[in-house]
Amino acid sequence: MIEAVQAWFQRLYETTGFNFTVFYDPYDWDRYVAGLRMTLLLALSTILASLVIGAVGALVQSGPSRLLRGLVNGFVVVFRNTPPLVQIFFFYFGLGTLLPDVRTADGLRAPILNNVQWAILSLSLFAGAFNVEIFRSGIEAVPKTTIEAAEALGYTRFKAYRHVVLPLALRVCLPALNNNLINLLKTTTLAYAIAVPETLYAVKQIWSESQNVLEMMLVLLVTYAFLVGVLVWIMHRWERALRIPGYGR
Amino acid sequence: MTRATTAGTPSAGWTPDQPIVRLVDVHKAFGTFEVLKGISFDVRKGEVICIIGPSGSGKSTLIRCVNALVPVTAGTIQVEGITVTDPRLDKLALRRKVGMVFQQYNLFPHKTALQNVMMAPLHVLGQDRREVEARARALLAKVRLAGKEGAYPGELSGGQQQRVAIARSLAMRPDVMLFDEVTAALDPETVKEVLVTIRELAEEGMTCMLVTHEMNFARDVADHIYFTDRGVIVEHGPPATFFASAQDARTRRFLSQVL
Repeated sequence: MIEAVQAWFQRLYETTGFNFTVFYDPYDWDRYVAGLRMTLLLALSTILASLVIGAVGALVQSGPSRLLRGLVNGFVVVFRNTPPLVQIFFFYFGLGTLLPDVRTADGLRAPILNNVQWAILSLSLFAGAFNVEIFRSGIEAVPKTTIEAAEALGYTRFKAYRHVVLPLALRVCLPALNNNLINLLKTTTLAYAIAVPETLYAVKQIWSESQNVLEMMLVLLVTYAFLVGVLVWIMHRWERALRIPGYGR
Repeated sequence: MTRATTAGTPSAGWTPDQPIVRLVDVHKAFGTFEVLKGISFDVRKGEVICIIGPSGSGKSTLIRCVNALVPVTAGTIQVEGITVTDPRLDKLALRRKVGMVFQQYNLFPHKTALQNVMMAPLHVLGQDRREVEARARALLAKVRLAGKEGAYPGELSGGQQQRVAIARSLAMRPDVMLFDEVTAALDPETVKEVLVTIRELAEEGMTCMLVTHEMNFARDVADHIYFTDRGVIVEHGPPATFFASAQDARTRRFLSQVL
């Protein structure tokens, strides 16, 4: 099976000149798969972290402490109003050089956070800032009277949040959340700029050695279209599962 | 105000022969606008009282003060000896005793009718799920919604939703029920099914406080009627005398408009 695919792409190259090295050269294939793995690691960890940041931020924003509300607002403004690539550079080249090094087990000096960790941190904060606003819009869409009904039944503020406000808010904000998570998945390519070996980085290495820019570009586009397609499919299934019969129509 | 009382002993020691709800000189202001200007009356256990009056006369505010959804500015409210106006009020203890039904039903739209009725006993009181479910099914049958247990609020008519809301409130086994213009958002045909449910409750001895515009219903079901205008009780009495021989000019004008 694998040999047949490899042979087919080899013949394609010999007959037409289209050189998809990744599909017949095991070395290029391994680099591509490693890049894909790194992209998945970046995407999954930043999606999860940004959701947590968004949920906590939105809760704090509707909470009683003015100081905390101000801090969250400041965070949202800073990370929403600046370009994500600049944020990554700021963290990696700006903050990264200020932090002290640590000694590894074999006595070498190493930075506290490596480039992958900086990328995850900065992309999570970037997408998290948007998620704060998205979750807040959902929470604000829950009618005050519905919360009042919960209070009249003896619910505390926290219990009303957990059982009434959040389940309703989530449904309201899912479409906006989908958009942001899709953007986040695509924005992981920016980690390229601090040499994180994700898919774009790996594919770039392949095309500069094999001189097949067009072919690798196609592979790259199809790869991201597929990854986003999978994410969209998952999110739509989630939306469908949460749909309430007769609600909001 | 013939039924006015002086401030009673706070908390503890309430016995069923005392008024179950007691309002003493209740004032409420929103900013500089005074909505309630000294309301006092008692409600005895098993009594049904109706509060009527023109829009903006503070009826809804008054009823919402009773379960502490709206804090009062001055005065005292007691429910079964619990001082509602005490800053250290135990809201859960109060709201276990006082149920409330709203004009817009306010059901939880993401839960089925049965789940709506079960939620508060499970989440707030932590009662046993099987026992709560049996009670919830019985309550839905009582409000004539057997067979609709699995329906979501969005799939029910206004009258059906309002009856679910009544069942949801009853599931907490309250001693007093507050009804805030519960038929005002309903079609004329569905008003009746909700009123029938409330009447049955009243006949079973539930203490009820209703804000309503349904004068015939008030005449029928109420033990005592209070007419409020501009934040004060203008006139009150049992329905027979209230509707037949209102003394106050404002009351008479209002009645001539709505009857």
